[in-house]
Amino acid sequence: MSPRKEFPLLMERGAPGRRAYLLPDLDVPAQPLKDLIPGEYLREEPAPIPELSELEVARHFVGLSRRNHGVDVGFYPLGSCTMKYNPKVNEDLASLAGFANLHPYQPEETVQGALQLMYELEQHLCEIAGLHRATLTPAAGAHGELTGLMLIKAYHHSLGQDERDEIIIPDAAHGTNPASAAMCGYKVVEVPSNERGGVSVKDLERLVGPKTAGLMLTNPNTLGLFDEEILAITDMVRAAGGLLYYDGANANAILGKCRPGDMGFDIVHFNLHKTFSTPHGGGGPGSGPIAVRDMLVPFLPTPVVEKREDRRASYFLDYDRPSAIGKIKGFYGNFLVMVRAYAYIRTMGPEGLRQASEDAVLSANYLMERLREFYHLPYPRICMHEFVLSASRQKALGVAAQDVAKRLLDYGIHAPTVYFPLIVEEALMIEPTETEPKAVLDEFIDIMAAIAKEAEESPEQLKTAPHYTVVGRLDETRAARHPVLRWRGAVEGDTTRDGR
Amino acid sequence: MKIPADLRYAESHEWVRVEDDGVVVGVTDFAQDEMGDIVFAELPTIGAEYEKGEGMAVIESVKAVSDIYAPIGGKVVAINESLNDSPELVNDDCYGEGWLVKLAPSNSEELNTLLSAAEYGTQLESEA
Repeated sequence: MSPRKEFPLLMERGAPGRRAYLLPDLDVPAQPLKDLIPGEYLREEPAPIPELSELEVARHFVGLSRRNHGVDVGFYPLGSCTMKYNPKVNEDLASLAGFANLHPYQPEETVQGALQLMYELEQHLCEIAGLHRATLTPAAGAHGELTGLMLIKAYHHSLGQDERDEIIIPDAAHGTNPASAAMCGYKVVEVPSNERGGVSVKDLERLVGPKTAGLMLTNPNTLGLFDEEILAITDMVRAAGGLLYYDGANANAILGKCRPGDMGFDIVHFNLHKTFSTPHGGGGPGSGPIAVRDMLVPFLPTPVVEKREDRRASYFLDYDRPSAIGKIKGFYGNFLVMVRAYAYIRTMGPEGLRQASEDAVLSANYLMERLREFYHLPYPRICMHEFVLSASRQKALGVAAQDVAKRLLDYGIHAPTVYFPLIVEEALMIEPTETEPKAVLDEFIDIMAAIAKEAEESPEQLKTAPHYTVVGRLDETRAARHPVLRWRGAVEGDTTRDGR
Repeated sequence: MKIPADLRYAESHEWVRVEDDGVVVGVTDFAQDEMGDIVFAELPTIGAEYEKGEGMAVIESVKAVSDIYAPIGGKVVAINESLNDSPELVNDDCYGEGWLVKLAPSNSEELNTLLSAAEYGTQLESEA
């Protein structure tokens, strides 16, 4: 048994009867459970819930947190994810009792502050997007995509154009784009990239037509490149009767510099957890508001926050929207995430947001120019907030992008996004964000240079990395082929253990 | 890179072997190497019919998800059930145990549109 590596699950800790609380004696008569809940719903055996002291629980979770990597621990250049530092003042404000203790069923007059915050956040996002109204309810970027596509569908339906059943998506797109389009019942038509990394306008011309419902585009795209022909692209789709969807995953590059609405887009989603400094934590909660052009406003999901201009302004949730696509989420989305984004936008202000984008772009270009000496740069153009290197030179020596990524972990740096976008072989997608000082960028350059040297001199060192993390190289293939999905699967005869 | 001489090939990197009761389809050595470690193969249902070039299976590797296209039109008469438990067979033995689907061709003439081993080899060289 290795003392450093053993890390029991909560289920494996504790002992019967151990507890972290003592409740006072009941001051009402105890009711037998079977009088309160119909017998068919009652368990015959108690659920296997671990019994633990508070100390054990604290050590368990603090122990796990010390093994974790986050932007509060070290550099996190995970491309397309915008792992910027989230100012702690956001957390202070989101934990104010007046926000944190709200109940969704509270009467409207008691939640005016919260409604005002949502109303103003919507206005700020619309200004940044260059569009007219927004919904804050989508719970993540991909949820925003689905909502946006439902709006596209509702819009064409209202014009009697249900035959428009194709969504055009570039080959460099995030995988969520075609997934959302397919989920919404659309056929996905792929448009190739040109040699400069933008959408091939020549091919787009061939693909747009009377079947086109819309185009989904990320700009800057997943190569970190701003599409130089964006106006020609949006004009072409609009002329064919299609709508334009802007995937805001890379919006951190353009705040206060240019607006998707001005580029010709009709729908924009923002990932509040990327661009507006809310936590990416553990898969949620996220928030992916979408802003839309005026002709799409009637279709926005219910409710929307409206302002009543009486003697004194007041805010209310408007459910009376006959053309709306309906509700897409319980209540009003993830409200406390909105509070954090609002706090960020208001503390930064327009100048601060513009500066954030400028610094993000400057940092990425600085890294790109320095790192291209050691790694192949497939699209040698000025980049925006991120760029994509290829480990193809290293691959020729037997070292893959994933080995470079694993080795970075040894240096306390989170791996970049690898093997994406799919159009770059052995891709390493690097996004430093605006919040890292130059000293950190310089250290990263030195480490990447050292790794490139190792690839030449001691490739085994990379192929077996990481060496200094809590666990070494994991067998990801076996984990995917034969996942162990259940802790309790160890019971004899239980065939669900390996996920079959 | 193995390219057995007795098989026919599609430009989209599937191979075809003609047998008495149908044609067996799999992916080439080049394709399995490009995809990397394969973790899941989603095969069609028996009886399903596909036209030449239509997506009939999906292979998921640690790197990406790839469509597998019908090299010729036909009806699915058998699928390689062993891939459910052992998708790695596609990596280990792509021309043998790692086959994917057996088709009853709808038009045997289409076999003539496929590439020979030499022609497929030339295609790979020009792509490299």
